Amino acid sequence: MGALIDSLLAAPPPATSEPDWLAPLRAGALAALRTHGLPAARAEAWKYTSLRALDARRFEATDPAARDHAVAPELLDLPGAEGPRLVFVNGALRADLSTLAALPAGLELVPLSRALATGDAAARVALAPRAGSPEDAFAQLNTALAREGALLRVAPGVRIDAPVQLLHLGVAGAADVAWHLRHRIELGAGSALCLIERHAGAGHAHLGNVALAADIGAGASLQLLQLQEAAEASSLIRRSDLSLAAGARVDATALEFGAALSRHDVLVRLDGREAHFASRGCFALRSRQHGDTRLDVRHEVPDTRCDLLWRGVADQRAHGVFRGAITIAAGADGSAAALSNKNLLLSPQAEIDTQPVLEIYADAVQASHGATVGQLDERALFYLRSRGVPAAQARAMLTLAFCAEVLDAIAAPALREHLAGRLQAQLPPAAEA
Amino acid sequence: MLKIDNLHVRVAGKDILKGLTLHVNAGEVHAIMGPNGAGKSTLGNVLAGREGYEVTAGTVEYDGRNLLELAPEERAAAGVFLAFQYPVEIPGVNNTYFLKAALNAQRKARGEAELDSMQFLKRVREKLAVLHISDDLMNRAVNAGFSGGEKKRNEIFQLALLEPKLAILDETDSGLDIDALKTVADGVNHMRDPARAFIVVTHYQRLLDYIVPDVVHVLADGRIVQSGDRTLALKLEEQGYAWIKERKLAGAGA
Repeated sequence: MGALIDSLLAAPPPATSEPDWLAPLRAGALAALRTHGLPAARAEAWKYTSLRALDARRFEATDPAARDHAVAPELLDLPGAEGPRLVFVNGALRADLSTLAALPAGLELVPLSRALATGDAAARVALAPRAGSPEDAFAQLNTALAREGALLRVAPGVRIDAPVQLLHLGVAGAADVAWHLRHRIELGAGSALCLIERHAGAGHAHLGNVALAADIGAGASLQLLQLQEAAEASSLIRRSDLSLAAGARVDATALEFGAALSRHDVLVRLDGREAHFASRGCFALRSRQHGDTRLDVRHEVPDTRCDLLWRGVADQRAHGVFRGAITIAAGADGSAAALSNKNLLLSPQAEIDTQPVLEIYADAVQASHGATVGQLDERALFYLRSRGVPAAQARAMLTLAFCAEVLDAIAAPALREHLAGRLQAQLPPAAEA
Repeated sequence: MLKIDNLHVRVAGKDILKGLTLHVNAGEVHAIMGPNGAGKSTLGNVLAGREGYEVTAGTVEYDGRNLLELAPEERAAAGVFLAFQYPVEIPGVNNTYFLKAALNAQRKARGEAELDSMQFLKRVREKLAVLHISDDLMNRAVNAGFSGGEKKRNEIFQLALLEPKLAILDETDSGLDIDALKTVADGVNHMRDPARAFIVVTHYQRLLDYIVPDVVHVLADGRIVQSGDRTLALKLEEQGYAWIKERKLAGAGA
């Protein structure tokens, strides 16, 4: 067992008592962690992402000052995304920055800590293992230690117009902290929600561990924006479990910009007929950033559909990893799946590993996948330069154009413009420094 | 304005231009005709500064400067424009955004004030009106999904907008129907000016019915083998390029 798990499990449990049903769940996860530790380098799922350095670090289990840190407004505000929000700073809920009252009718938004304290049954659903979604070491850590998070429920048939934001902020504290948050989202049949999961911060090297699970009811619609712009020295391990019932639709947009080490597992089950999962995403990494995104989409029933469009850019000595796996299970006939993953290397020292996986056990399916890793198109570069655009600016224009397609699903103009600006800032500048 | 002397160019290890000499004065329109593989497109590309075109001998002087020393964007700012035979599709880069960036980069390089959005759009509308091009072209990505004719019109539109001193049209007529051909020719004729020169590279003389050249050159096997007035183009149209072979064997130069 490495220093990381050692340091986290050595911390005394919090003074607040927990519901009886929770003790065996926590104990089971702890036992598994003590036995197996973090995944070893030879584990297939961690082939391109080494945990050795992280495993050797020690973290505090809580930041005692988490509720007192001043938070800069620019960390809080996201243009075009004004709506109810829960704000977590170094893993602790900040009631002073969150919207806990006056929520729109049909929307429940409850902190996990409150649900645990009041005996709300929703907490049990949130922390219990999910069928068909095996836990890895980080999910076990989350089950063992998560005491905070968001329980969000939209009543059947209700459309929530204003986007709801789960905002995770990291700020400098007395020591490096590891935090574990557990979110559960439930969309009732025929409801609609726009959800933003955002990670931001600066000046720290904390470890965040966030598990989000969403059940999208029949005919319901979820617009999901996952904006990861965490502090540059931080580590962030995330898992998103999505289940879609019949006729449900998820339009997900993911931007992976921040953290020194980031890993995001997206596990999607298309459980009902005509469920449709669309995912657009982009990672843009530089310096020595390491980012690993894994999509695992399972078509369980007939006539389900997924469209995955991902772009990756790595500059300087960054390392990007993408895995897009689509499984069309036996009997899921008539399903359609498409994966496009294109990657751009902007420096000879940068590395991108991409792995498209398509497994089909059904009949009459339409499936396509393609993955490339390359450089900027020299012909396009010459064309722009021949019209007078300087080389650095031409490169910046082409790099932005390469990524910008992933923003097409963002409808709100102000948000879209903000994200385009963030994307541009993440890419090499138009003028030589 | 442009003095090309004894230019030798190698592409992918193969000699393409083998001692090309061509002098173009301001205000002139020169047509360059020749069979496929003669080096016509190489000439345009090497003048615009494309990578992979190795000059092994000869000189190119433009406005008293050594053109070959300049980066492509510096050539553009100095007033050199190549209308591409195959304009490149650039999905994701908006045409308006691209052309404003290009024009302002050129102006900045020349020490001129950059245009703001209003000034730029005013200029765009003027040029579009002259060329009878609809402005929906401006809202699309650069050449992405354009038809062959639209791409060539976009080249001529860029030519009109950027107002170069030396414009090289590389087989701009290829693949155009007669209406598009006339649009292209109108655009060029509208821009003829005592201070501006054109090099019109073409395989067929049809374009020269609409853009009447001052001088016609025949390029064969990497050299200018014959020069004359516009009647030379008509002679080529009548007799084809076969008769040039004799001249090549005789080693004639321009």
